[in-house]
Amino acid sequence: MRLSRITAVVSARNREFYRDRAGLGWNILMPMAMVLGLAFIFNSPESTLYRVGVLGEVSAEASPFLTTRHVQFIAQDDEAAAIDKVRHHRIDLLLDLRGSGRYWVNEASPNGYIVERLLLQSTASANGSTLPREAVSGRAVRYVDWVLPGVLAMNVTFSSLWGVGWVIVRYRKNGVLRRLRATPLTAAEFLIAQVVSRLLVVSSVTLLVFFGTNLLLDFPMHGSYLALALVFLSGAVALISMGLAVSARVHSEELADGLLSLISWPMMILSGVWFSLEGTNAWAQRIAEVLPLTHMVDAARRIMLDGAGVADVAPEILLLSAIGVTLLGLSAKAFRWQ
Amino acid sequence: MPVLEVENLVKQYPGVRAVDGISFELGEGVCFGLLGPNGAGKTTTLEILEGITEPDSGRILYRGAPRDARFREVIGIQFQHTALQDFQTVGEALALFASFYPRLRPLQELIDMCRLGDLLERDTRKLSGGQRQRLLLAIALVNDPDVVFLDEPTTGLDPQSRRNFWRLVETIKQEGKTVLMTTHYMEEASVLCDEIAVVDHGRVIARGRPDRLLNEHFPRALVRLPRHVIPDPARLPAGFETEHQHVVAATDDIDATLAELNRMQVPLDDLHISTPTLDDLFLKLTGHGLRES
Repeated sequence: MRLSRITAVVSARNREFYRDRAGLGWNILMPMAMVLGLAFIFNSPESTLYRVGVLGEVSAEASPFLTTRHVQFIAQDDEAAAIDKVRHHRIDLLLDLRGSGRYWVNEASPNGYIVERLLLQSTASANGSTLPREAVSGRAVRYVDWVLPGVLAMNVTFSSLWGVGWVIVRYRKNGVLRRLRATPLTAAEFLIAQVVSRLLVVSSVTLLVFFGTNLLLDFPMHGSYLALALVFLSGAVALISMGLAVSARVHSEELADGLLSLISWPMMILSGVWFSLEGTNAWAQRIAEVLPLTHMVDAARRIMLDGAGVADVAPEILLLSAIGVTLLGLSAKAFRWQ
Repeated sequence: MPVLEVENLVKQYPGVRAVDGISFELGEGVCFGLLGPNGAGKTTTLEILEGITEPDSGRILYRGAPRDARFREVIGIQFQHTALQDFQTVGEALALFASFYPRLRPLQELIDMCRLGDLLERDTRKLSGGQRQRLLLAIALVNDPDVVFLDEPTTGLDPQSRRNFWRLVETIKQEGKTVLMTTHYMEEASVLCDEIAVVDHGRVIARGRPDRLLNEHFPRALVRLPRHVIPDPARLPAGFETEHQHVVAATDDIDATLAELNRMQVPLDDLHISTPTLDDLFLKLTGHGLRES
């Protein structure tokens, strides 16, 4: 393996990327527009279903409030973790039915406000008493703050999967790969160069989107920048390698497009980018566990919202890196120049 | 020792045996041409030799030994259909390919030879057909290869660009490089190739120096006259046969044929003497024209 060959292919691919002005604009403007659009849409999120966490037994005898329709009651074991969920809009309110009873609500949450009204009305009509109220202390998190790490991670996902998968299938179809094959360049060198080139693109675009949207939205970033960089980088490696694996032998852009969609859409839905998987059914959560985006989103949220550091998200970084290295190895093995 | 020895190559694709037992040898510094119509198996044979396609069976030796990973470093290839990455200039394309090889020919020398000096800053997508072929040839020569493969290098070029390209190939030949090319232009083969193999339906049907092959299969000349100039059509000069509105003699001794015509007082104003071409050879060998598939 020769470094000079890899760097030559990386710079050729980089040139191709940044000289394609239309593509470049699309790659930077699209994610920004998406984040801003979402901020606008979700500033007052509407949800027909409210989620209430319950500490203690979830039964109608425990509290008449638990019979309220269109509210999902989710049993919680860990009080501290459940309070964090209120802070992060993963549940709208936390009800403690152990002992004399109390509840927590996030004052920045419109859903929390509504569910609190329902709770108060229900308990007042039942026994004329009121429950002690605990506002969630510390930083309240807006929905846009909660959704932003997910949108950044999703952007990394799309850019990584399509940025290499599509390009390699195009190269294979138009004969660029055939020409390269006739040189001493090896498949591993070529693939590593594609990963490195895409990592540079994903990193620069993510940096731009991160700081660009922060100017407009002023979202919180409480944790370590290094940790966030490592999470996005390892996530990008995992997803770029996944794109490589898809494109290892495919000849048609249509098929590549279909396969990449097949991979990305379940991640969009099940990785917790848009809504919490709290309270969804068990199989959905199990599928989510194996999706790289889930771990990227989860780690990014813990860093940005809870102030996690490198050590806190090390398991995610290691897992994503392992997925990346494994898939890269498999892709190199399966790769066909033509 | 031959530079390349090819023994009994076979390549089967679904429904077609593209290469059906092709064998030949390539001597040092020889320009060898694979001739044949489209679909004859020339390109597949070339790609097998280049290491781009795996044969089903057969043996290929480079300087007496099986080809190894280093083979790619000593060959240069100009593909018939190829693409370069988008958004790169001629200079960048050359530099990219130069970075792949341990041994290099000085870039400036290559640029001068292929007359790319004025094109270095040009986007490779904006080159004319001839300019593009010159760039692809320069890329094929960037590693100063031992063996150069040219797959129909002038297909689609105008006559002037084609002749310019031939001059480049002549230069490569003068440098002592071994060249293996495919073409379906007979003129190209007779100008450039020291040796040819005529390929049809995946087999070599004739092999040798172009002039020798012609001599082997044809008398030296065809002498042709309109039939009406023969004074007595019932008595043709010796060696002549009627062919439509002409009488034709295939002869190795033009003097003797002309003497016979003089003896019979045949006017020679409309006399036409021609030499057989590779087209005639192919027609004779395969029973169908060279440019038909």
